[in-house]
This record gives sequence, structure tokens and C-alpha cells, in this order.
Amino acid sequence: MHQFLQQIFSGLAAGAIYASVALALVMIYRATDLVNFAQGEMAMFSTYIAWTLVNAGLPFWAAFLITLAVSFVGGMAIERVLIRPVENAPVLAAVIVTIALLLIFNSTAGWLYSYTVQDFPSPFPDRPVFGALITTRDLGVIAVTLVMLAMLFIFFRFTATGLAMRAAAQNPESARLCGIPVGRMLAIGWGLAAAIGATAGIMVAPVLFLDPNMMGGVLIYAFAGALLGGITSPVGAVVGGLIVGVTENLVGTYLIASQLKLTVAFALIILVLVFKPNGLFGTAIIRRV
Amino acid sequence: MAGSIIAKSALAISLALTSGLALAAGQYGPGASDTEIKIGNTMPYSGPASAYGIIGKTEAAYFAMINEQGGINGRKINFISRDDGYSPPKTVEQVRQLVEQDQVLFLFSTLGTPTNVAIHTYLNDNKVPQLFVATGADQWNNPKKFPWTMGLIPSYGTEARIYAHYILKNLPSAKIAVLYQNDDFGKDYLNGLRAGLGDKAQKMIVATQSYETTDPTVDSQVVTLQGSGADVLMTAAIPKFAAQAIRKVYDIGWKPTHFLSSVSNSVGTVMKNAGYEKGVGIISAAFAKDPTDPQWANTPEYKEWLAFMKKHNPSANTADVQGVIGYSYAQTLVAVLKACGNNLTRENIMKQAASLHDLKLPMLLPGIAISTSATDFAPIKQMQPEKFDGTTWKLFGEVLSGS
Repeated sequence: MHQFLQQIFSGLAAGAIYASVALALVMIYRATDLVNFAQGEMAMFSTYIAWTLVNAGLPFWAAFLITLAVSFVGGMAIERVLIRPVENAPVLAAVIVTIALLLIFNSTAGWLYSYTVQDFPSPFPDRPVFGALITTRDLGVIAVTLVMLAMLFIFFRFTATGLAMRAAAQNPESARLCGIPVGRMLAIGWGLAAAIGATAGIMVAPVLFLDPNMMGGVLIYAFAGALLGGITSPVGAVVGGLIVGVTENLVGTYLIASQLKLTVAFALIILVLVFKPNGLFGTAIIRRV
Repeated sequence: MAGSIIAKSALAISLALTSGLALAAGQYGPGASDTEIKIGNTMPYSGPASAYGIIGKTEAAYFAMINEQGGINGRKINFISRDDGYSPPKTVEQVRQLVEQDQVLFLFSTLGTPTNVAIHTYLNDNKVPQLFVATGADQWNNPKKFPWTMGLIPSYGTEARIYAHYILKNLPSAKIAVLYQNDDFGKDYLNGLRAGLGDKAQKMIVATQSYETTDPTVDSQVVTLQGSGADVLMTAAIPKFAAQAIRKVYDIGWKPTHFLSSVSNSVGTVMKNAGYEKGVGIISAAFAKDPTDPQWANTPEYKEWLAFMKKHNPSANTADVQGVIGYSYAQTLVAVLKACGNNLTRENIMKQAASLHDLKLPMLLPGIAISTSATDFAPIKQMQPEKFDGTTWKLFGEVLSGS
């Protein structure tokens, strides 16, 4: 029984990591109708910025805030410079651009910071709690993910910018006619996604250790989480991420060998796409033609 | 007319002279000449095993130093080291390029078990030496079937048998759990442990869990192993996952006697990342001097190594034992190349590599020497157990051969 609980809590801790990256994926999808394959690598790169600042002697939270600001601006810049030109091109063009970004960020990080695996400081104390079921650091990651979720929810529902952004993504032409600067909304969407990704990266780096490939494995699970929850829904992304984390642990422990954990994530993606393409919480996007 | 005959014979004589001189100067395989020895290498400078990149960097730095000092028998070493990201298909691509386009004389210290398996047959079919591979899999010592491949470090099986002997002697009623990488590297440890425990293996090993290098963490595997009720854990993992395992074992309050594979016992990259206090009491094994062990700090061998690292490899972490390993790899090769003299053919390289007798290197542990023969392609066969005390590895017991 204890082991069962321990697998569930381990799964929740891993799931919180997937959920935070999944949130960033949802953010971009809602803002620009795109799946950003470079999300994980952008988060990794942001984490290196934070790592540099911390090593330069800045207090953790100061480094954190500066990194968020830099990532926000960087995300907007990427949208303006690289995504905008392919905005009206077939969707495949934008996908290729994000895959190129993935490779560029990965190699640049390796070139700048080397591929040495680095220790990353955690803002939370590292103590086992609840009968060693989970550590305070894992709880911190879960808490930060939930706070991000709440902030996103409030942003999209109650702020003028959030509403404008939803309008710009759902019906760009009508939004433009209502006076919403659609272009700026798209850029803000990318900026926010980059900042969410940065938060995710900084939270998971103490757990996974920082190196340029830190997010490689995580992104696949995050995709599974985002799709399971519904790629349009922030709540879905978090629930989906947590479900994926717990499922892979339980299935890997009790049903099949742990070698097949990654297969579980892919099987989930396929099952969701076949039986419930909009995910658990997603809404069908209906377009008038 | 007469003049032209004289000119022709003069030309013939001079041709004969120059070719005769060339013969006297040396016999060469591809990639070798009067001025250069071209050597190929692949390393995981990127990817999940990137912590081992320091080995390639240290080797390159050592050869640069040798070249500064005039090279080997007047020939400069041209060390071409390429990144394969620990990905076997990439290794194949890089090695084919090194052999077919760059025309290297041989491959040296290519790193990784799955990566070397991928080029094993290709290099042997083409009779290109795959010399001193940087992996401890048992299969490299097979001169009959693979006469062009040789390892250097003690095999993983040897190391696992040393742990098995320790367990049988000191923990006879142990219940053992094993965490291993799901490839030949991890399985060699598991099989070596089974072989060392003999007929007790079935009863003593109560749980095994594997991980893939694409997994984000090994937390779930560690939890499962704890659930088996084991009181001994053997971890055969590359540095990143070893650090995660050490931390998770500590965090869930599990206190097994923990045996850690020697390829991931670097103080600078593994123990530090896991958290020094979380690794106290872990047992591993060594054949080289750990740079963080204070007992070597005042020896001339350590000082020479440190001076070399500071001058030629300044960006490397000097708390990382892999810097010592790369240094020893390069020194072994230099000894072989010196022994080759002016006969730098692929055949002679293998012949000299298989004729090392009691070669002692400055940074190997006292009592450990390198020996090979035509039927013995396992240069280092001994290790000494060691225990982590929170800051460094403390050697204990005696040098063991694990057979």
C-alpha cells in the first residue's frame, strides 16, 4: 500500500512537471492556433539564463523575475521575427519553423553552456514529508503549477487583454474589426508562453538537473498531457499532465515493464486522438466556411 | 643521346634512392606519414551521456601537449574527435566518415557501449583497429572473433563480480535490488552480479528495474525497488541517472547498502549534483586515483596531472575522475604508438597494443598495471573497493581481480 501511494506521489511530482510544460503548449495553441515543438527547448534556454544570473550572485527570486521578463520579450521577438512571415502559409511551414527553433536552441545552449550536467538551486527546501511520500521541493513544483493555472484562468476570463487574446485567436477578422490589435495579441501570446515555459524550466531543473537535453523527454509527456486534457484548455493541460505522470508510473510498475513507460505516453496520445480528439476538457473548434 | 642516357639513369638512381629512404623511414597504413598520425574518435559531447565529454577533451589536450613536445618519433598526432550524442546511428555515420573520408589510421577511445556495438562489425570487417574503447562491456575482450577491437578499463562484469564477492562475504543474507540502464552496459552489470553470486543469485536478487536514456527521471523505478523490501541496491547508470537515483533513495528514506557503478562515481559531476550528504556510505570501485581523494594531493603524479589539466584543459572540472581516466587512456595510447616505432600499419598497432607488459601509469592505483597478450584483450583487470564519506571516496580492502 505504501508503495502504491509512493508511486502515485512520484507520479504527481513528475506530472506537475509535464503539466507546467503542457500549460505553455496550451497558451501558444490558444493564442496562435499552433503547436510549438520548441516549447521545451525555449524553457531550457530560459533556465540557463536564470542559472547564469544565480551564478553571478543574484538572489534566486530576482533571477527568476528577470528571466521571466527576458523570456517574455524573447518569446514576443520570436513571434514577430520568425512566426509572422509564415502566418498565412500552410500550417506545415510554421511547424517546420518551430522544429528548426528546437534544434537551434538545443545547439546554441550546448555551444554557450556546454553539455555538462549542472546542479540547479531549488527555491524550496528539500525535505521528505508525509512519511517520505514526497519532498517539499516536489510540493513546491506542484504549487507553482497550480498558481500558474489560476493566474492564466483569471487572465483569460477577467482581463481585457485576455479576452482580446481569445477573440484574436478564435476569429481574427471580427476581432480586428472590433479594434483589437490581432498582431500584438499573437506576440503577447508567445511572450506569455515563453514566460510560462521559463517558470516550468526553473522549477524542474533542480529535479532533472540542467543540461541542454533536459526537456527532450519531458516534451513528449507534456504533449500527451496537453492532448489528453484538451489542447485548448489550461485546466485540461494540468489535469492531463498529472494523469500522464501517475498513469505511466502505475502502468509501468503494475501492468507492464518499466521499459515501456514512454510507450504508454504515445499510446495515450493515439487513444485520445482516435476516441476523443478534443481531449477531456477541450472544446471543439468550429469554423464557419 | 649519351647525355640523355646519363640523365635517365641519374633519375632512376635518385628514384631508387628516395623510395629506399621512404622504406627506411617507415611503413604506413592509411592516415600515417612521416609527419602525422591521424586518429579518429567519437564522444558524446552532447546528449544524455554528455558528462563523459571531458574524456575526449582531456585526450585531445594530452595529444596537444605531446605535439608541443615534438610528437611521437617526430610525428604529430592529428586527433579528430566528433560528437555522436551517445546515439548509435550517429556513431556509425561519424565513424564511416572518419574511416572513409578522413582516412584515419585507427579509432581510439570511442565512448559508449551501445555506440561501440554499432561500429563493432564494420570496423572488424574493414580491419580498422577499434582501440581502447571507452566502455567496460565484457564483449570487447574477444580477440578470436573480433581481433581489431580492444577495451581498456576493467569490464563491468569484473566490477559486478567484485561487488558480488563483497556481498557474499559481508552481507550473506542480503536482498538485492538492481537498477540498470536497458542496454548492454546495464545488462553486463546485472549478469556479472548474477555470475558472481552463483547459485545464490536466484534467491538474493529480489527485484530489477531498468530505465531508458530518454526517461525524464528514474524516480518510479527507485520507488518500485524499495517496495521489493531489498536492503542492498546496485545502480548501473550513466551520471545523470545515477545522481537522480542517489537522491531519490535518500528522499524516500530508503537506506540500502548502495553499490554504484564506477562509470558514474565522479565526485564532481554525480555526487555533487545528487547532494554530497545523500551519497554517504555508497560503495563503488576504482582503478584510477580519484582527484578529490586527499591522500594523492601531495604526490608528484597528482601534481603533474593537475598542472597538465590547468595548462592544457583549463575549462575541465578537476573534481571529475573522468579527467583522470581520459589522461590514462591517452597515456596508454602514447605507449603503444612509441612501441610501434616506424611501423605504423594497422596490423602493427594491434600487435603492439596486444604486447603491453606490466605497464604502470601515474594515475592508476598502486598495484594496478596494464597487461595484454594475443589472447588477452582486457588491459586493466583489477579494481579496489571504495566508500563515499561525504566529500571523497575512501579506498578500502585490497586490489581485487573479480574473477
